[in-house]
Amino acid sequence: MRTPLFILLEVVFGAALYLLFRKYGNDYVFFAGYTVLQYVVLATAWNILGGYCGYVNFGSAGFFAIGAYSSVFLYTVGQSLDDLFSEHTAGLLHHIFPIPVPILIVIGGVMAGLVGLGTGYLTLRLRGVFFAIATLALAVVLETLVVNWQFVGGSRGAYVIPPAKVPVFGPYIQYLFVLMIILTIIALTIARLIERSRLGMGFATIRDDEMAAEACGVPTLRLKLIATVVSGALMGMAGAPFPFYIGYVDPGSAFNLSYAVNSIAMPMIGGTTSWVGPLIGAILLGTLQQVATVTISSVANLLIVGLLLIGFVIVAPKGIVGLWEDWINKWRAKP
Amino acid sequence: MDVNLLINAIIAGLLLGGFYAAVTAGISIYAAVTAGISIAFGMLDIVNIAHPAFIIIGSYIAYIVNTKLGIDPIVVSIVALPAFYALGALVYQVYYLSFEKRGQESLRGLAFFFGLLFVTEVCLLLVFGVDYRSVDAPYIGSSLILAGFEFPYRLLVPFLVSMAMFLGLQLFLSRSFIGRAVMAVSQDPLALRLMAIDPTRIKRIAFGISIATASLAGAFLIIIQPVIPSVGRDYIGRIFAICVLGGLGSLPGTLIAALLLGVIESLTSTYYGPSWAPAVSFGILLLTLAVRPSGLLGR
Amino acid sequence: MNAPLLQVDQLSKRFGGFVALDTVDLAVAEGERVGLIGPNGSGKSTLVNCICGTLHNEAGSVTFAGEKLDGMIAHERTHRGLARSFQLPRPFMSMSVAENIRVPLVYTVNARHGAQHLSHAELDDRCHELLALVALEGKARNSPRDLTQVEMRKLELARAMAADPKLLIADEAMAGLSHSEVEDIVALLIRLNERGITIIMIEHIMRAVMKFSQRLAVLVSGRKIADGKPDDVIKDDEVVGAYLGT
Repeated sequence: MRTPLFILLEVVFGAALYLLFRKYGNDYVFFAGYTVLQYVVLATAWNILGGYCGYVNFGSAGFFAIGAYSSVFLYTVGQSLDDLFSEHTAGLLHHIFPIPVPILIVIGGVMAGLVGLGTGYLTLRLRGVFFAIATLALAVVLETLVVNWQFVGGSRGAYVIPPAKVPVFGPYIQYLFVLMIILTIIALTIARLIERSRLGMGFATIRDDEMAAEACGVPTLRLKLIATVVSGALMGMAGAPFPFYIGYVDPGSAFNLSYAVNSIAMPMIGGTTSWVGPLIGAILLGTLQQVATVTISSVANLLIVGLLLIGFVIVAPKGIVGLWEDWINKWRAKP
Repeated sequence: MDVNLLINAIIAGLLLGGFYAAVTAGISIYAAVTAGISIAFGMLDIVNIAHPAFIIIGSYIAYIVNTKLGIDPIVVSIVALPAFYALGALVYQVYYLSFEKRGQESLRGLAFFFGLLFVTEVCLLLVFGVDYRSVDAPYIGSSLILAGFEFPYRLLVPFLVSMAMFLGLQLFLSRSFIGRAVMAVSQDPLALRLMAIDPTRIKRIAFGISIATASLAGAFLIIIQPVIPSVGRDYIGRIFAICVLGGLGSLPGTLIAALLLGVIESLTSTYYGPSWAPAVSFGILLLTLAVRPSGLLGR
Repeated sequence: MNAPLLQVDQLSKRFGGFVALDTVDLAVAEGERVGLIGPNGSGKSTLVNCICGTLHNEAGSVTFAGEKLDGMIAHERTHRGLARSFQLPRPFMSMSVAENIRVPLVYTVNARHGAQHLSHAELDDRCHELLALVALEGKARNSPRDLTQVEMRKLELARAMAADPKLLIADEAMAGLSHSEVEDIVALLIRLNERGITIIMIEHIMRAVMKFSQRLAVLVSGRKIADGKPDDVIKDDEVVGAYLGT
């Protein structure tokens, strides 16, 4: 399928989803749908580095929080322009602030991409495990920084009050939902484009055998950095609208471990070699958690995710997509 | 600058560093083996990132026995050593059969250990909740005053036992047959092939020992500070900063790095406040990776 | 005489206290077929790794086609015309045999050509041609897992050749193969040489080395102890001593 057609299909599907929710759903459905789509973006982003290149990022929560907190920062700046700047400057800045959410998404993406570039540059030249460890520690330290940064609320957290209604969309959550659909379309399209390009081939050689890749002329460090930046930026973009979604952000919610766990578990359970895997994994696990959070406790549903992750990596290393392909092959092999 | 404050901070840091050394020793042992083996076979380079989870399990076991029966947490952890060794061997066996033997790329192995870390934390959370738990021992709360400087027993006792454990490990690895086999694997991969030693067995033993140290480290941790289930994650940055700074797999390097990190952290919390302490380890980690990835004592 | 294609000058490499290479010199002229032998652990693979940039040498230098390579990353050396095959074949397991060949075509040949890179059809032609060269056309769509030992070695060589190298280093391309399979690979390497590619062959199988090499160098404990006409070298006392352990 050609890319324009693929994008068209995505748009049609996204629009159908929105209209369906609008017709039959209530605000809760939009809230739940937003969360699931956010996981689709996170899982797809993680998979670009993790699934395609084989480099594990444990710090998804950190990248997500960079996006969230760059929004909180700019929102807070917008709220206190008159205190921060001289009258003249503030007057000018009032034209720019409050910054619309789509632009905040771009800014969050850039910030997270830059952090990804820095971390990657320092650690990707070394054995893979160093990168994994660095990302693990990155989330903890970013959280420390935010806890100590009073301007964005420190450990107390910060309130971000979105307008109740937006023109055209009506309730604010519907507007955010549409933004998340667009973000999902962007993420899936990028993942699919990479998969089918020479970049994707290069990523696969890195995952299979880095030394052989170098010997074939693949510039491995450059490709790994590209993957880290794209993956980190998408995670930051997923995090940028979060403060407006939740209304009150504290380090505990923005750096929540469930982002790190889910963004690994979803591709692993869905399948890591194509864009379909993270999508399936995120929809299944995301929906399951939305249901389970209501019916059982939220801690218990994280336990389910953890056990599913362990179970799948041991029993079905290729994920649901792999199981499906095996089943199809078996079925075809039958006379 | 108040000199007394400075020196007390350094003392606390050194004592804390001793504890970090104990915490990190486990990883170092296993890293020594994996480093060696990955050279030999160009295989997986997995470092057990679930290590902090086992430490926290150690803390909670010490907590349960201590509060129910009043036994000293360190004694509890020593009694629990064989159980932890067995647990380590079991985890390695699962890991070996599911990933190493199948030749799976390291991606899934890392995800497996991450899953273990996470599931342990959630289970502890479900059982014990988010309250801080601590232990009772006669030496907690008082300090030894020596030449006008303060040595809190809560730090001093774990420090001394850590050093004893460290010395014991070093002796075991350099003197005993199995210990030497473990080290030989890491230092001379060729010898391994020539002597036809089963690398799986060596790795299983090393992993068992590595997890056994977590039992002691867990008891030290809960003596030093009250514990909640998520504390394991806070230690990940520290543990790996020390491992990397010490040069993965070198026990003496680990000790020096641990003492260094302890002092820097203690100085940071004394002068800038404890909420900044976790950032120190990451700073050191990144700096080491950027400047000297082979570690302090590396080549 | 022209400057040699590859000039290794006083190359040294240590691993901790262990000296793997000790001031090794080696010059290879364009179009030459050089054999490199030595007992296990004598530093042959370390030498290859230092030449190809997988390892970095502490002292000495590697000059290739008039350019100093020291400090250059491995993939850039490949771009400049240095290709190698690995001792244990390392195909990309998630790709088909043909896709394996495509990687160097896309990442080295196309990178060299710059703007006028190969079209899809040209890539397919090249792929087919290279597979035909090693008689693997029939397995183009297979996974490397389906290949036999000897086919795996051939894929390894074809992939190295796909980078269109000036110099090919074949690192023990024949270990573990049967008599006729060895003949097969030697014939292949000679064929490649006749197309103008300079080849260094690292090998244990003396029959193959003697048949292939125009010149023979011997490495023992990280030092080069002999270098010259194959017939003279194997009669050299020091070489005989090193091999027979006297």
